[in-house]
Amino acid sequence: MADAVSRVALRASGLHKRFGGLKAVSDVSIDVHVGEIHAVIGPNGAGKSTLINLLSGELFANDGAITLEATDITRLPPDRRARHGLGRAYQKTTIFPKFTVHENVRLAAQARSPAPLRMFGSVRSDAAVRDLAAQAIARVGLAAQTQIVASDLSHGEQRQLEIAMVLATDPRIILLDEPLAGMGQVEARGIIGLISSLKAGRAVLLVEHDMDAVFELADRLTVMHDGCVIASGSPQEVRMHPAVRSAYLGDHGDAA
Amino acid sequence: MRGWFIPVVLLVAAIALPFVVPTYYVQFVSKAFIMGILAMALNLAVGHGGMVSLCHAAFFGLAGYVLALLSPGYDPASLLLTLPAAMLAAAAAALIIGALALRTRGVYFIMVTLAFGEMLFFLFHDTGIAGGSDGAYVNAKPEIAIAGHQLLDLASPMAFYFVVLFFLIATVAILTMLVQSPFGHALAAARDNERRARSLGFPIYRIRLIAFVVSGAIAGLAGYFAAAQFGFVAPQMLGWHLSATVLVMVLIGGLCSVTGPLIGALVLIVLEEVLKASTDYWKLIEGLIIIVIVLALPGGVRQLWPMIFGERSEERPVRQAAPSIVEGRNG
Repeated sequence: MADAVSRVALRASGLHKRFGGLKAVSDVSIDVHVGEIHAVIGPNGAGKSTLINLLSGELFANDGAITLEATDITRLPPDRRARHGLGRAYQKTTIFPKFTVHENVRLAAQARSPAPLRMFGSVRSDAAVRDLAAQAIARVGLAAQTQIVASDLSHGEQRQLEIAMVLATDPRIILLDEPLAGMGQVEARGIIGLISSLKAGRAVLLVEHDMDAVFELADRLTVMHDGCVIASGSPQEVRMHPAVRSAYLGDHGDAA
Repeated sequence: MRGWFIPVVLLVAAIALPFVVPTYYVQFVSKAFIMGILAMALNLAVGHGGMVSLCHAAFFGLAGYVLALLSPGYDPASLLLTLPAAMLAAAAAALIIGALALRTRGVYFIMVTLAFGEMLFFLFHDTGIAGGSDGAYVNAKPEIAIAGHQLLDLASPMAFYFVVLFFLIATVAILTMLVQSPFGHALAAARDNERRARSLGFPIYRIRLIAFVVSGAIAGLAGYFAAAQFGFVAPQMLGWHLSATVLVMVLIGGLCSVTGPLIGALVLIVLEEVLKASTDYWKLIEGLIIIVIVLALPGGVRQLWPMIFGERSEERPVRQAAPSIVEGRNG
């Protein structure tokens, strides 16, 4: 992997996270490369959500280091990480339910604008922010719904909105936490297409349970079990890995 | 067109008022406006910021004490010097209290602000500063003078009324600007979904602290004029009882607009005035009426606006901005 080092956007090394006596994540190292989707899979309780929270900054690791491009972000809070180019979409949809689609995305674009906390002038007056928001909305296919209040959207549309908000912050690294959860077949197809388009010029880390989608999307896979990484590599390598077959994919023999 | 019509009519009425009613009512409305400024200030924290504060009376009272302490004996103090000093003192107190209290959430935040407010109350109650529990007099109302030439003497109820009206309008203008600005939207986002706002890159703690300090400074503005009007400051000005009363004004008026709490303050003060004049049990009746208002109009009396004048889509009261506040400590 020596040739790929220069393209690593997000690198975690030796991460540990304990909750009391429980080792939720132990000695996890992961590299996310520009132009790739790196999927993290594993059974429930494997530590995937903890890992993504450590990377986004909502939890601090007990040990280990995280670097975002050249910056050490190990001790930075989530908002500072976001301003360094880390975007995150949540497992439980966490849009601003009372705002319209446009207001949600405009807020995200505002967060990345040069003066995110300007105290004078209406938010509507900032054309650059408005354009960025409109682009992100068009990109995920919600252009017809811009004035709809977010809580009135369907589940799938809320997921699209979630991704539009991440896009509007113009991140270089995107963390996606189960973007397909609770979604119907047709809706999922649209989101899968959207996710595969995200990696152009960016690094994407994907946590997902839908194995078909994972193997379709991922350029690289890391398998977690009981807080540890048990395998990492290309989808093909991981599929053949004996520890993976027994620990995880064994349950989904047909899918694997 | 209609958006401008009603405020302009109200403004003209406010300007004409002191020329048509007796002095007592000029002073009464001045007092109501001062409480309106305080309620609007509190609502920046509570309604827009999701920070239920029980120490805003402390900022209000502190500014009043600054005027009392800076007033030179029996001569009028200079408004241009003492008002900024009073607001700065209130802002400084809000900065210190906010910096500590904003590390907590929900019910804990309410408790911490309550504790700090009571500390300031007892600071003035139990020490000899400005007369202790007896309070202190502001013997002469402040004046606006330049080079020894008096431009405006607040001892005249009419002049006092117009100065208060000016600051009332300024408060509405500043708060409206703030709420519609990118800052205001970030503040609302932090209220509605703190975790998400932070992950988008908004520095939640700093945003809330700025809002809290601005809110405290404007509460100080109100306290300054309250002390000037009554000519007297006492520790009760800083107590939680007043904080809670102002919170009631905010709830009556509605959390979701800038001017709602002003209307809430006017409603509550007029209600008290009318009830006091008509029955000895006015507190009891007042309580019942407040309960009915809160039950019937959960969005505040401002909710009546669209019912009476027809709906303007942008100001449709969003039902309850508050529930996320008392959710507990997340993050």
